[in-house]
Amino acid sequence: RVLCWLTSVIQGRWSSELLWVSACEYLKLPQQSEAIVIYTGWERHALVGSDIRLSCSFFSWRWTSEDVTFSWSYRPDGARDSISIFHYTGGAPYVDNKGPFRDRLEFVGNPARRDGSILLKNLDYGDNGTFTCDAKNPPDIVGRASSVRLLVFEKVPIQAGVITGAIIGAVLGLLVLIVVIYYLMRFLVARRVFNLSVSKHGRKGKGKEGSQQRQVPALSIGDPSKLKAAASEKKKQESRKDKK
Amino acid sequence: MLILLLGIVFLHVAALVLLFVSTTVSAWTTGAARSSDLWHNCSTTNGEFHCEPASTGEWIQAVQALMILSIIFSVIALIVFFCQLFTLQKGGRFFLTGTFQIFASLFVMSGAVIYTVMSPKWVAPTETLGWAYILAWVAFPLALISGLIYVILRKRE
Repeated sequence: RVLCWLTSVIQGRWSSELLWVSACEYLKLPQQSEAIVIYTGWERHALVGSDIRLSCSFFSWRWTSEDVTFSWSYRPDGARDSISIFHYTGGAPYVDNKGPFRDRLEFVGNPARRDGSILLKNLDYGDNGTFTCDAKNPPDIVGRASSVRLLVFEKVPIQAGVITGAIIGAVLGLLVLIVVIYYLMRFLVARRVFNLSVSKHGRKGKGKEGSQQRQVPALSIGDPSKLKAAASEKKKQESRKDKK
Repeated sequence: MLILLLGIVFLHVAALVLLFVSTTVSAWTTGAARSSDLWHNCSTTNGEFHCEPASTGEWIQAVQALMILSIIFSVIALIVFFCQLFTLQKGGRFFLTGTFQIFASLFVMSGAVIYTVMSPKWVAPTETLGWAYILAWVAFPLALISGLIYVILRKRE
């Protein structure tokens, strides 16, 4: 109605009277109801004795009206019928005071922000079941209620796929690590061989006994394997000398 | 030589297909009103088909992981085989291919063993083990044999 008055004020300045009257008449008609979409989770897991907040929100194209209603119903696992446990209407919440959630249910939502969440306290195994939230934002009333399944556990189970992924990732990671180490070793060995061959060529180029004597101790400061390699080369050279 | 080559590739691909089918098909355990695989545990109660995801057991995830790993290793083995076919020197052995394939067979064996030991906890004991489970067991010797052949085989050309 406020909207209609505003449009009439704005439009009245420019357009003819006839036109805005007809526009206002249209708005005063029983408003068309549009679809409303309600969202809850899909499945919630909780521990025994803990509290859980079941959230419910909705989307509709109109402003949130004052007549917005939220209602929650509960169907225990294995039961056929559901019972209403919560209703919000006319700006006041009405909670279950006789059923299974007596004194354990609290309204924590904010209807002005389209939030109809409830808090369930001190959960027990008997609370396993399906919670259905329905919301109406008059005149938008056409919508499907949304359900969330609550599973109460002694300990929260590991999410599906976590262990699978961990095992696969670990094995493939190990594989990659082995390949990397293999190529790294090959690279290092190749470099050492290259160095040795370079030093060998260098000695050959100089061809003097004195330089050799100086080089061998310099090499032996490193690791013993290098010393061995150097020693073996020395032997080779000695044998060559013998041949000569 | 060509026949041997085709034969071993066929053996490898057969093992791979068996692994793939047994991993995906929902017949690891079958019964009158239910069937389950590594991913879901489905049952028909009062005419209503209901599936439960395999999030409840830690061990089933280990079986999933082992089956997937065996598929991955078998695929890697096939790729490595074709690479080695062209790069290997004459008289060389397909050690790398054989290693991957034998690993794949060990993985599928571990998975099947875990399933055999642990399945009574997941499905009702009245139900029998299904054909996908048997396929996994058949894939194990196939993969092992093809892996051993890879190790024994020398490159001729």
